[in-house]
Amino acid sequence: MQALHLRDARFKYKGSTGWALDGVSLDVEKGEFVTILGPNGSGKSTICLMSNGLVPHALPGDLEGTAEVFGLEVRSHPVAELATKVGIVFQEPESQLFSMSVEEEVAFGPENLAIPREEIRERVEWALEIVGMKGYNDRAPFSLSGGQKQRVAIAAALSMRPEMLVLDEPAYALDPLGRAELYTVLRDLKTRHGMTILLAERDAEEASVFSDRIALMSEGKIIEVGTPKAMLRNPERLRSIGLEPPQLAAVASLLNAELGRGDLSFLSVDEAESTISKLLAARARRGSV
Amino acid sequence: MIPQSSPREEREFFVLAEGIKYVYEGGVEAIGGVDIRIRKGEYIAIVGGNGSGKTTLAKNLNGLLRPTSGRVEIAGRSAAGMTVAELAKFVGYAFQNPDHQLFSSTVEEEVRFGPKSLGYTDSEVTKKVEHALEVMDLQGVRDSPPLTLSLSYRRRVSIASVIAMDPQVIILDEPTTGLDAKDIDLLMQYIDVLNREGHTLILITHDMRLVAGHAKRVLVMAAGRILLDSDPKGSFSDLDLIRQSNLEPPPVTLLAHRLSRFGILSNIFSPEELVSAIAQKIRGDR
Repeated sequence: MQALHLRDARFKYKGSTGWALDGVSLDVEKGEFVTILGPNGSGKSTICLMSNGLVPHALPGDLEGTAEVFGLEVRSHPVAELATKVGIVFQEPESQLFSMSVEEEVAFGPENLAIPREEIRERVEWALEIVGMKGYNDRAPFSLSGGQKQRVAIAAALSMRPEMLVLDEPAYALDPLGRAELYTVLRDLKTRHGMTILLAERDAEEASVFSDRIALMSEGKIIEVGTPKAMLRNPERLRSIGLEPPQLAAVASLLNAELGRGDLSFLSVDEAESTISKLLAARARRGSV
Repeated sequence: MIPQSSPREEREFFVLAEGIKYVYEGGVEAIGGVDIRIRKGEYIAIVGGNGSGKTTLAKNLNGLLRPTSGRVEIAGRSAAGMTVAELAKFVGYAFQNPDHQLFSSTVEEEVRFGPKSLGYTDSEVTKKVEHALEVMDLQGVRDSPPLTLSLSYRRRVSIASVIAMDPQVIILDEPTTGLDAKDIDLLMQYIDVLNREGHTLILITHDMRLVAGHAKRVLVMAAGRILLDSDPKGSFSDLDLIRQSNLEPPPVTLLAHRLSRFGILSNIFSPEELVSAIAQKIRGDR
């Protein structure tokens, strides 16, 4: 049973003429970190909203094909049920935070599940620790930086103990520091906690390093799914669907062309440094003979 | 379209800020003692993380905010003695969120509002509106309601409505936020044209990748102060300073720094530049 299972899924929002999703097939396995990479309007958000049933229950429309979350068909299971499996984090933390304190915010979900007070306290502490916000319990969410707010939003989703975390462009409103903090949390969630993560992004710079697989999306369709290296190998293809290729993928592609080879491939600064250092060191040895 | 000036003025600073501080109600000091001198025709990026004071500084230059202390001079006149409407003729400001600015029922009306309220004659207004629609490539949607357009179009409408007032200086507050790569490239092309037409541009952003390809001068801000005033190349050479400003150096700049032991220059910010530097080393520097 997959965390998310879409087969030829089509969805058209009520009142809209075009298909937001136009025949999408995608599986997210338990424990996987999958990034949907696509420009604005490509359908990423609709997949995110479908993963906890907001589409089609809160945002109605025509849904065709198969859409299952942990084996539950989203059409026939309410958001309240799907929300115990899937935690969701949106673009702007302001749209999600409403409490007077960080602790209230993070405790809100489990309180509504009538979970014992002691367990709620444990969950809040656990979630705040994961997102690096331990000790901020009494702070007002609106007094925090953008990156801190978004991490509180993640903690609020985690306190429900979901089996999958879905994030729809979570770094949208963050500055570069906030963005870096956010991605550190996502990396820890994957590597230390084995969380299943579905991320929607337009900028693959960090996601290319953290993801197990990337799904390229354009105009309601998934073009291809594969490893980050395979999906980002061709900067021109990314540009043609309106995406900025990650800089290091662009460096690898240009270097292959420049040196007449096709084997160079790297996505992180560490990997790139090690590969290019070898090339340059080999040249230095030849030069000194 | 831009007001003519005497040769004497050309040599002087068009925007001058001396020791300006701005303290928000409640006591938060958003800018603490900033000096800026800007000549006509410059293309400046102000970069810094959220809360660094870049937007507050920009708003102090066009009278949307008035400095708590210090002095702002625009076109040789003290800004303190000018109304916001007078200042708007010299310094225009396009908001980060276009929806804070748009209210008319068609794009053309929206763009017409500014010059009309500045008291230009009907024929002058029409000329300015047509120019603004042309520069931002909006003639095709002139009759559309702005709020029904995509974010990329709404940004262009909000910038066009500033251009139509024909200010010498145009401040663009994070104009690319929320846009995807294709729309960023397109918008930046339109923006670059404004500078070539003679407008002084002040681009507020936290995207260092954007700075590299467009601006000619970069002010790096943190905690209400200017930490660095340099050309774009220079702004990429000090990684600590970039981080201190809550910014992130582009990955290619980080990589260039790591490869500096092989003689690769560290102020590189595009993949093309880095690859050509590496290829040169591999082929033997000749």
